[in-house]
Amino acid sequence: MSVVSLSNVKKEFGTGGVVALQGINLDIEEREFISLIGPSGCGKSTLLRIIGDLIQPTTGEVVVNGKSAHQARLDRDYGIVFQDAVLFDWRTVAKNIALPLEMMGWDRRKRAERVKKLVELVELTGFEGHHPWQLSGGMQQRVSIARALSFDPPLLLMDEPFGALDEMTRERLNLELLQIWERSGSTVTFVTHSISEAVFLSTRVVVMSARPGRIVGIVDIDLPQPRTADTREGPRFAELIREVRRLLRRGGGFDVEEPAGEEELIVAEEGLQ
Amino acid sequence: MSATVVEPIPRGTLGTRVGQSVTDWAPAVVVFAAGIALWEGLVRGLDIQEFLLPPPSDIARTLWTERDTLWSAGWFTFEEALGGWIMGCSAAIVTALVLARWRTLATALMPFAIAANAIPIIAFAPITNNWFGTLSQLSKMVIAAVLCYFPVLVNTLRGLTSVRPQQIELMHSYAAGELEIFRRVRIPHALPFIFTGLKVATVLAMIGAIVGDWFGGSLDALGVEIQRQAGVFAFTEAWAAIVVASVFGIAFYSLVAAAERLTMRWHPSARGATE
Repeated sequence: MSVVSLSNVKKEFGTGGVVALQGINLDIEEREFISLIGPSGCGKSTLLRIIGDLIQPTTGEVVVNGKSAHQARLDRDYGIVFQDAVLFDWRTVAKNIALPLEMMGWDRRKRAERVKKLVELVELTGFEGHHPWQLSGGMQQRVSIARALSFDPPLLLMDEPFGALDEMTRERLNLELLQIWERSGSTVTFVTHSISEAVFLSTRVVVMSARPGRIVGIVDIDLPQPRTADTREGPRFAELIREVRRLLRRGGGFDVEEPAGEEELIVAEEGLQ
Repeated sequence: MSATVVEPIPRGTLGTRVGQSVTDWAPAVVVFAAGIALWEGLVRGLDIQEFLLPPPSDIARTLWTERDTLWSAGWFTFEEALGGWIMGCSAAIVTALVLARWRTLATALMPFAIAANAIPIIAFAPITNNWFGTLSQLSKMVIAAVLCYFPVLVNTLRGLTSVRPQQIELMHSYAAGELEIFRRVRIPHALPFIFTGLKVATVLAMIGAIVGDWFGGSLDALGVEIQRQAGVFAFTEAWAAIVVASVFGIAFYSLVAAAERLTMRWHPSARGATE
């Protein structure tokens, strides 16, 4: 059974307005790590929110964990991580991580046990009592990931979680994320605008085009698991990057017409390498 | 970058903390003392008439000799201010919660609230005197309450509604309902805003109570006392009463500010505050 199954999903903003997504068909299987990549405006974040039932599709069917996306949200079948860590300043690291557990009615002792494990998982032991503003951006994002994993959701939705971090932190967190993914056994849907990040992390990369957002192609990433820092050095890695880039170009991801925002610049930059 | 270990704020010993706050306060204390000395010197040197500006030493003496009257009048007026503050602030917070929950209601009502805020409320003092009794503290409380209402309403509403959309999305992803989002996100997020309103309101409540006294009130009230003494050219006494009003005002403000610091130790602005 697919964890996520999208058929003919279309999203229009406003009545008869901009078509953000069209004809989206995608099945995500258990234990997969799927990246959605495309130029800005291709609707990849919108698609992620549709899977999470935070936005309603105009037409089409969304099945998550064998039920409607709405029911899946009510059943807390997924954890979500945004580009900003979205931590609550008035809660300590431990209490931020425990937030979903509190809402699910776990008792204090069980929560503390779980938080202890998660803090170890994201390597933040010793920082449980800190407040978010006392942490660096990378550490905040690790708290956010721990919170998303706290209740062991079968699906993890990540919306450019490392987009705001510097390159070195990002590469390190990429490796950590893969380890977490391996250990937690969850399925990941990951939005990014970095080609190398998508190839490095994923089992499949879904390449999208803009206006309207469509799926141009899907690249199977057959790099051996587990991935390590050396994975990036191999010739197969470079080939796969070229493959994704070719699809992006076919989808028009490289003709930057409007003033380039940060997203487009990053995609364009990688196109020049 | 993330490898940088952020250490908790070092908490110094009690001694260094006291030392620190002495250094922080010293400049202000020096300016205060110099200002008083200058005032005293100018009044004596230029031989300024007492009814124009009494020297600080006279005011201090009056504060001491009249301490019983002044203290009880100050307390009486402070009660009016406090009562009004509680009434106004709680009404404002409740309104803000309702308006934040039903946003269309806010769009419908806020223009009127803003228009109403332009009305010089003080001018209503004779009317509230008429409604609730000239000698009653309630009539002054109502004036103070009305003055407090608007800034607390606006600040609270802003705090409740300025939550980042992603925080709400996150709560939705946990299947949270409106009530839970208010309890866990909107209200804690609004606390700094609410306290800003509450602090502004302390000052307004004191003004409201004193000016309310102006339009007739119990002889025990500070506003009445100031007006009465000024009426008989006892300006030193009037000045002393103003000092008492300020002391109560500052104390009121500081109390709320202290409550704020206690409630919001988590806030980045509490950095370096004692924990």
